[in-house]
Amino acid sequence: MNRIVANYFNLSVMRDALPDVLHGFGITLLVSVCVIVLGLVVGLCLGVLRLTPLRPIRFAIAVYTDVFRTLPQLVIIILLYFALPYANLTISPFATTVLALGGVLSAFAADIFYAAILAVPQGQWDAAKALGLKYPLILAKVILPQAVGLAIPLLTNRAIAIAKGTALGSAVSLPEMLSTSQSITAIIANPSPITLAAAFYLLLFIPLVILSRRIERHAHGEQHRAGARR
Amino acid sequence: MSDLLENFANWESLQQIYPLLLQGLRLTIYLSVVTLPLALASGLCVAILYSFGNRVARIALLVTIDALRSFPVLVLLVLIYYGLPFVGITFSGFWATVVAITLNNTGYFGEIFRAGLLSVPVGQYEAAAALGLGRWHTMLLVVLPQAVRKVIAPLSGNALELVKTTPIAALVALPELLRSAQVAQEQTYNPTPLMAAAAIYFIILWPLSRWVSVLEFRAIARR
Repeated sequence: MNRIVANYFNLSVMRDALPDVLHGFGITLLVSVCVIVLGLVVGLCLGVLRLTPLRPIRFAIAVYTDVFRTLPQLVIIILLYFALPYANLTISPFATTVLALGGVLSAFAADIFYAAILAVPQGQWDAAKALGLKYPLILAKVILPQAVGLAIPLLTNRAIAIAKGTALGSAVSLPEMLSTSQSITAIIANPSPITLAAAFYLLLFIPLVILSRRIERHAHGEQHRAGARR
Repeated sequence: MSDLLENFANWESLQQIYPLLLQGLRLTIYLSVVTLPLALASGLCVAILYSFGNRVARIALLVTIDALRSFPVLVLLVLIYYGLPFVGITFSGFWATVVAITLNNTGYFGEIFRAGLLSVPVGQYEAAAALGLGRWHTMLLVVLPQAVRKVIAPLSGNALELVKTTPIAALVALPELLRSAQVAQEQTYNPTPLMAAAAIYFIILWPLSRWVSVLEFRAIARR
């Protein structure tokens, strides 16, 4: 028991490691926020753009979403970081992680937004047209607000799952929380910093996981009530 | 352009390193084939325990599920592979990865099965009880088949995500497909091995990924 405490919950070790781990936590947080913002914005744009009747554009978007949905996140990160320099494009670990994970989230979000837009009943389009609204206005004021409501429960789950991938940045030496705590552990031969990092991950993601459960339950509740009305 | 091709799709390099990639692919498949059933089974166990449990047990299980879902899988892997040896528990890279991915996905699969079990109407339990079926028979013969059918889409989606997490084994030096490609790259000095590994991942996973997209699209359309 003492051995476990001394190794994993060594308070003096944790106190020494805290500033560095906190710095890593800041980077983890920053990358997560960038990934979510980039992923959702690009995903929304692609989802809307996919409504176009132009086939080449629809095809290009489908290829993009399928590639990013299918390849493992770590493979995309490694590919961006270690392969792009051969095409004379070198990007920082931070940019690599944000672009890779943001790309993955945008692919999932594009599919979700697209499906949600199509799920809005045709009558809504017709009614808005009958009111004399122009296409961009119909989309922005009538269709998207309803579609986003449909998309949110699915998006929160995806966004959280992908934001957790920031730890993968350690593979390209991004100084985020996991790699920071791991290198301290390697130096002082005590894994308490990793425990500390794990605790911070819990602190960051448990509220989000619980929130997503709430949102999902809320969405299902609405569904049941809607069903009862019919 | 020819420069790019020479680097990213170099035929000679490919011929030189493909045995390495095949070996890596074999390990990736082995890793997936071992981990997926384990994670499915433990997720199902957690969900069934939840539905049988009293209030206290339910809260404990829910906390477990949420905690397991909150850790990035790589954090679990680092804890197991680099942390546990300090108290004398040593896993090989392979089994550390299996345990980490299984633990993480116990949370995900547990939550999916739990939602599925909850979606089966109480009348089904009552009807089974009226027929004289015991608790376990009710679960296995009546409730579970209906529950699983309702969550096929998220189950397949998560199975795909599970296979997609296996490359993290590369970070504990297990020579699966990604790691093999990285090793090969150090021999060829061009990114062809990485491109080839990505292509292999895509070819193998794309059918499943496409199918999951279709299921997901239908699920949204039905709302």
